[in-house]
Parts: sequence; structure tokens; C-alpha cells
Amino acid sequence: MAAVAGRQATWDTGRIRADFPVLARRINGHPLVYLDNAASSQQPASVIDAVTEYARSHHANVHRGVHTLSQEATARYEGARERVRSFIGAGSPSEIVFVRGTTEAINLVAQAQARPRLEPGDEILVTWLEHHSNIVPWQLVAEQTGAVLRAVPIDRRGVVDADSYRRMLGPRTRVVALAHVSNALGTVLPIAGMIAAARERGITTVVDGAQAVPHLAVDVRALGCDFYAFSAHKMYGPTGIGVLYARESVLASMPPWQGGGDMILTVSFRGSTWNHLPHRFEAGTPNVAGAVGLAAAIDYLEAVGLAEIARHEHALLEDATASLARIPGVTLIGTAPDKTSLVSFAVDGVHPHDLGTVLDSRGIAVRTGHHCAMPVMEHFGVAATTRASFGLYNTPDEIETLHHAVLDAIRMLR
Amino acid sequence: MDLADLYRDVIVDHNRRPRNRGELPGATHLAEGNNPLCGDQLRVFIDVEDDLIRDLRFCGSGCAISTASASLMTEAVRGRTRAEFAELFGAMHHMLTTPGAAADPRLGKLMALAGVREFPARVKCASLCWHTLKAALAGAAAPVTTE
Repeated sequence: MAAVAGRQATWDTGRIRADFPVLARRINGHPLVYLDNAASSQQPASVIDAVTEYARSHHANVHRGVHTLSQEATARYEGARERVRSFIGAGSPSEIVFVRGTTEAINLVAQAQARPRLEPGDEILVTWLEHHSNIVPWQLVAEQTGAVLRAVPIDRRGVVDADSYRRMLGPRTRVVALAHVSNALGTVLPIAGMIAAARERGITTVVDGAQAVPHLAVDVRALGCDFYAFSAHKMYGPTGIGVLYARESVLASMPPWQGGGDMILTVSFRGSTWNHLPHRFEAGTPNVAGAVGLAAAIDYLEAVGLAEIARHEHALLEDATASLARIPGVTLIGTAPDKTSLVSFAVDGVHPHDLGTVLDSRGIAVRTGHHCAMPVMEHFGVAATTRASFGLYNTPDEIETLHHAVLDAIRMLR
Repeated sequence: MDLADLYRDVIVDHNRRPRNRGELPGATHLAEGNNPLCGDQLRVFIDVEDDLIRDLRFCGSGCAISTASASLMTEAVRGRTRAEFAELFGAMHHMLTTPGAAADPRLGKLMALAGVREFPARVKCASLCWHTLKAALAGAAAPVTTE
């Protein structure tokens, strides 16, 4: 593995930045200021090198060949699974299913776990701040089964209403699907308590952890959820690979989702038998290179230290919140007391799309739009916001650059 | 990348003070356009008699480019025939999508939007109103989308 920043007595953002080749780029004549980490984060050289090294020296299909390369590829793929297991505190690698990403993970749960069990009138409970990927799969399964999708309201700060949540956990609730962290607002949900309340009633619990895993230490057994999903590309890994953690007893009770190679033990025209967990849920040749990259990203995160990352990012959040609040006409959208490091905001008289273009001309990458969370936009009465989301390599100087670019946009457009 | 090419004075002015914004009582045709990327929603009302676009107005929220483009369009298209609209539509499309397209005097003030083609992510902002108007003229019932 290439050099990693290493656990440091004192935080050194400069050293971390040196690990990310793309941060040396200039965009439109300015140093890149990458503030779109909640959409997709950048990759350190150690991840890029791990993926390249796999392709250069170890690639073959997995679980199939007696030859050396196939064994090496299998060892790396299954090694990545074990790496994920230890990272999120799962009990066994058979609880770790590799998927394309969080979206695929939630669709898998909706179709393979929920669909066979849901009856007309059963309820699926989500919150108002979910990403579309934790809404639409449930709408699909509700249409297929006659179940009803309900959403727990949020308040003016973007905090899920705890009383409504407890009230809405009813006798017909079968599934509770929660974001751990809101992608549009940054709100951290108190999911441990929410999961416990659902479990007391025997309700299946699904957590969309895509926005949590890069920022908070996650322990799935301490949380007690049945499912926890996340994506590598939001945690400094490659695209196209993600994880569905599923409690072993729950996974064992589920029928296969997709059919194909690798998910079977035997196939005949009289019928087929299914492979052991988790391979039953991984039909076809998997994304081995992606799994290798994900494992390298976990190595990187742990070498830097999640507690240190959280401290650094919290300081950035406070800095950015104060910096934007100083600009007349800026309204912060999402002011929950417990947030990860992102700021969503509106600027009077300046449409987010125009602001995004002006910021890009200064080398600043932000997300503008509805953030795949249109119910959140509806709740706050806006069509779109501008979102700056921070990662471990961002600096207070970059927040200052953002501040001045927002002022420039206002001067130009308002 | 020069922002001054995109946000020319004419565009900034039409964004700050959009012309012909609001519903059009007595409209004969109406179409709705959506840009799912940015959440822009636009409605175009027209009053057509025989072949003539007698009047048109637009409603909706959007970015500076989409607002200014709709505002400029209403001024450019009022009083035109369907055939003249089709010609303007073609000229706009060419200007917004063809690198280095020569200035087309038929477009008049609409030429202020020429800089948009240097910003590929923004071309849809400028073209949404034109597609929506085209749909309104065709009497299309389904909303237009940029996707």
C-alpha cells in the first residue's frame, strides 16, 4: 500500500491533502476547492494504487478457478469482505453483501426481504428527509404488495419529530427505513433509539448509512439494526461498489434476489440449490476491483482515525456555518443541533444554479439542486439549494474562498 | 471560461426584471416544462389566432439563464407566425449547441444568450422555455422535460 497519512498526534491537513492527487488540479485557473463530498468524495493515492495493482497483477474471476490468479483474486475479494466486517463491527463476513451501492442495497432489501412478507395495509415507515433511494424502492414495493408508505415529519431545523415517530410505529408497521445522516441537510438521526423502538415491536429496521460512514464510527451490532447500507465512493473509495450489512438470521430467511452464477450450489432443470451466505445474494462476477478499492479506503480512514476526522470536520462545519451566516441574504437550510459537515443554503435573489456556475468559475465544486431529496425541498419551500459538503482534506482557507465567491455572485447577479 | 460571456448585462437585466411574467388570461394554449436537474418549473401561456402568436407570457421559478431566456423569448416571439417561430427555434437551437456558430441577425437581442454554449451544463436552462413554447403550440398535454 502507498503512503497513508498515518495516525498523527496533531492533525495535519497538508499531509492529508498530499495523499489526494486530484487536489493538485486547477479548475478554471484556480486551485480546486472540492466541496461536493456528500455527492462523491475523492480518492487517495493508496486507493487508486490498490485498484491498479489488482488489475496489473492479480485479476481473475473469483470463486471459480484452481489457478493462482483466481485464488489471489478470491483472497483479495474475501479479504475486503472481512475488512468491511471489522470496520462496521458485524459478527461475521457472511453478513456482508457486496452491491453496486446504497441504492442497490435498499432495492435488494425491499424486493428480497420486504416484498414476500408485506400484505395489503401493512406499513413501511420512512422519514421526510430521506434520499430518493430510500423512498422510491419502498414506493415500488408498496405498489407491488398493497402496503402503505408513510413518512415521519421533520421540523424547521430538519430534525425528525421524535413524538411523531413513536406514534407512527403502529401495529401494521413492518419496515422502518431511516437515513443515518441526511444528505441534503446533514442532520444526524438518533437512530440507535429509533431502531430500539422499532425492534421492540418486531419491526424490520433498514439504515441508509451512505452519508454517515465517512464521518462517524459505525458499529452495526451496537445499533442493533437488521440492515445497514453504504457506498464506497462517498468514503474515499471507488464508484460501483457498496455494502449491504444484513443480520445473519434475517439474511438466511430471505429468498435469492437475482439469479445467476456464483449464487447457486447446484443447477439442474429439475431445480437449483442456493449458495451459502452471503454469496446467495451476489449473482454474477462481482466488482472485485471495487472491493479491493473499498478495503483500501477503509485502511485509509482508519489510519487517519475516524475520531480525528470527525473533530476536524466538526470544526469545518462550525466555521462554514458562521462564515455563511455573516453574508446578508443567506439562509441556512438545515440547522439541526447534531450535523455532519455540510451546509445547505439559499441566497436571496441568486438561484443555486447560477451560484454553482459562479463558484465553478472560481474552482469551487458544490452541489446545486434538490439533492435527490425533493420532499426535503418541498418541506423548506425551495426548489433547490446550494450544498457545500466537507471531507477530511478541506481547510478553513477553502471556506474563506467560498465566502468571497458567494459575495461575488451576489454582486454579479442580485 | 469567462462569466461575463454568460451573465451579459441583457441577461442580468431580464433576470432582475423579467418581461411578460405572469399568467395570460384568455390563453388558447398552455404548456409546462420541467428541468429535473435544477428543479426549474416553467409554464408558457400563449394566445394564438389562426397562424399568429398574438401574445404570450410565462410563469415559474428558475435560474437567471432560464428566467432571462423566457423573458427574451416572449419579446421575440410576440406577433410572430408559427412559421417564423419555427425559424427562430431552429436559429436558437443552432446558436446554443454549435461551437463557434456565427452570429445570426435574425435572433436580435436573443444573441445575448450565445455565451451559454460555452457552459454545457447550462444549455438546458436556456432552451427549456423554447421547448415548452413549441409544445404549447403543438397543443401537447404532457409536461416537457429537459431529460
